Amino acid sequence: MAHFDENARPFSHKWLNERLAVDTLKRVLSTEYWIPKNINFLWAMGMVLAATFGLLLISGIFLLMYYQPNTQLAFDSVNYTIMSEVGYGWLWRHIHGVGASVVFLIIYIHMFTGIYYGSYKRGRELIWLSGMLLFVLFSAEAFSGYMLPWGQMSYWAGMVITNLFSMGGLHLNGLVEWIRGDYVPGQAFLNRFFMLHVLLVPLAIIGVIVLHFGTLRIPHVNNQDGEEIDFEEAAELYKAGKIKESKVIPFNPVFLSKDVFVMGVYFVIFFYLVFYHFEFAMDPVNFDPANPLKTPTHIYPEWYFLWSYEVLRPFSTNIGLIAFAFAQVIFFLLPFLDRSPNVAPASRRGLFKYWFWALLIDMIILTFMGKLPPEGIWSTIGLVAALTFFGLWIALPIITSKEKKL
Amino acid sequence: MKELKILGVVVVFTLILYWGVEPFAHSQMHKHVEGHDFKYPDLPALKVKGNAENGKALVAACVGCHSIKSQGMAAPMDAVTSAQTYGVNPPDLSNMGALLDEKFFAHFLLDPAKVTKSKHFAMPPSAGSEQDAADIVAYFKSIAPKEISPKEAYETACGRCHANRYDHWTQIGEVPKTKSNIKTGVDLDALAFKKKVGIYENKLADYMGKLPPDLSIIIRARSEQFLETFVEDPQSQLPGTAMPRVGLTKEGYEKVKAYLEKTGDPSKPKREELGPWVIGYFVLFAFLAFLWKKSIWKGHH
Repeated sequence: MAHFDENARPFSHKWLNERLAVDTLKRVLSTEYWIPKNINFLWAMGMVLAATFGLLLISGIFLLMYYQPNTQLAFDSVNYTIMSEVGYGWLWRHIHGVGASVVFLIIYIHMFTGIYYGSYKRGRELIWLSGMLLFVLFSAEAFSGYMLPWGQMSYWAGMVITNLFSMGGLHLNGLVEWIRGDYVPGQAFLNRFFMLHVLLVPLAIIGVIVLHFGTLRIPHVNNQDGEEIDFEEAAELYKAGKIKESKVIPFNPVFLSKDVFVMGVYFVIFFYLVFYHFEFAMDPVNFDPANPLKTPTHIYPEWYFLWSYEVLRPFSTNIGLIAFAFAQVIFFLLPFLDRSPNVAPASRRGLFKYWFWALLIDMIILTFMGKLPPEGIWSTIGLVAALTFFGLWIALPIITSKEKKL
Repeated sequence: MKELKILGVVVVFTLILYWGVEPFAHSQMHKHVEGHDFKYPDLPALKVKGNAENGKALVAACVGCHSIKSQGMAAPMDAVTSAQTYGVNPPDLSNMGALLDEKFFAHFLLDPAKVTKSKHFAMPPSAGSEQDAADIVAYFKSIAPKEISPKEAYETACGRCHANRYDHWTQIGEVPKTKSNIKTGVDLDALAFKKKVGIYENKLADYMGKLPPDLSIIIRARSEQFLETFVEDPQSQLPGTAMPRVGLTKEGYEKVKAYLEKTGDPSKPKREELGPWVIGYFVLFAFLAFLWKKSIWKGHH
């Protein structure tokens, strides 16, 4: 039994400390949570993501007060009630729509930063894996949210994506119907995606965000040179007042002050998009109400899914589905496919340098082709880019096992 | 310096990505149609000048089907009966002189089906000669009001086929204010109106092949370029569509567009008003954060 001071005033520092160990918490999570000094603004992307998630959560709560998950009412509850009857409803909606798109841009930057600096290796595997889990959950969140306005693209994207679960040649139509709760997307479908979007998936996201932070605490974040730092020794140096010589800084307030500045700049850009340039995040096709009798000329996912969509598209049904499944899981395996012991920026890692830039450019090309109609030269480029994608992942263990130790 | 270089790389790749999935993809997905500024170059210029006085006598033939409310001439039938007779309710002609292109209007009177490029058009040729046509046009220009509101432009040009539920507009007019029975909640007047709209819409769908879409939010569902070229010449964007070319002037189209913006994108003025304040707030926030960062990091390098 712990010792509690009878005379401590309720909610005083001492009182709280005895019950919650606030001093220890503050030290472990904040003032003595050591971050390498040798980092750049890309290390602030985690906080930028957390802030964007916060914006999505808050704007989502406001939208939830007026949204109607009903196939007859959903479209007008979003486009009329929220956009013109609710005070600042348009602002919350634009924040939510732009946030949903921008959060993926930041996720990709965050991911490619990790790949470039080798931040998934040597004790940091769980950081990478929990991060990839977050990517999958955010994808589920984005997709389920896209169903809710019940526009043409909601309906037809819902149709196409749930069709994938028939698993091509296996013809699992029963599974597709089970997922939809109907033969085609309808009221049951909208209701369950509404539940997923506002409850189950956000709960899971919040849980995995906590896990993601937890996985960071022991291995600490990586630095610009992949240098292995003795954090205890460097911390002692810092605490002794040798802040110039020490290789680390405390999370609060030193790292945080830089994060907050980066967030400030980010919010300037974010709100510029919200007010003046939101079209990229709100596809015109989805401003036509869902119509089961009229298939849109072009059906394409939002931009952040285009690369994996294009990995599927150039092939026949069964091979395409296998390719798609491969693209969904392969990033999880990165820490194990990279056979090199080196933790260093890609620029110092021989062939890996070329691998990194080739992967980035290949995924951008896949993204472009995923939106274009699959005709003529575009399908050919799409096919080549998809094959290159597989080639790169097959080559990864080979080129990294040949890499010279730095 | 190194951070700026890294920022440069991130920005360049982001912009390339944006270019590829937005402007480039859309330029490849939608065919480009060149507009003609609502000048209707396929129609020859008129060789004669119209006389409003002569026109006034000729217009007696129009009011067999149309109303000219501004001149005190009522419609011979109500909207629903008209639709049952012709397939669609013929428009009121009070504002035609202000909205339609003069050249288009005259050729339209000579051969409506050809000029509207609509396969089946209820109105028969209604002018015996180019001179008659020019006279009728001159008359309608003489009675046209100086200023027309965006809503009036929409009603005349679009509103008999296209509802606009966000502005409570149906093809047979404004949704009337009615009261329900306080004991039962039943609103018989509203139900009666709904039935009338239903009958009208069924007839209209038979006439056009399908029910013309509600245009409440069309301003966000189609690009500006598409809407402009489509209204100018529907066949150019959707070959075979039943929608007739309506022959608006550029100014007439701008009025219609203003109305569509009001119903489909009503937050635009509010966005423009609030935007600078929010962005300004974060510019200040970022500046103060920069000063804070500088003071905290003092002595660290």
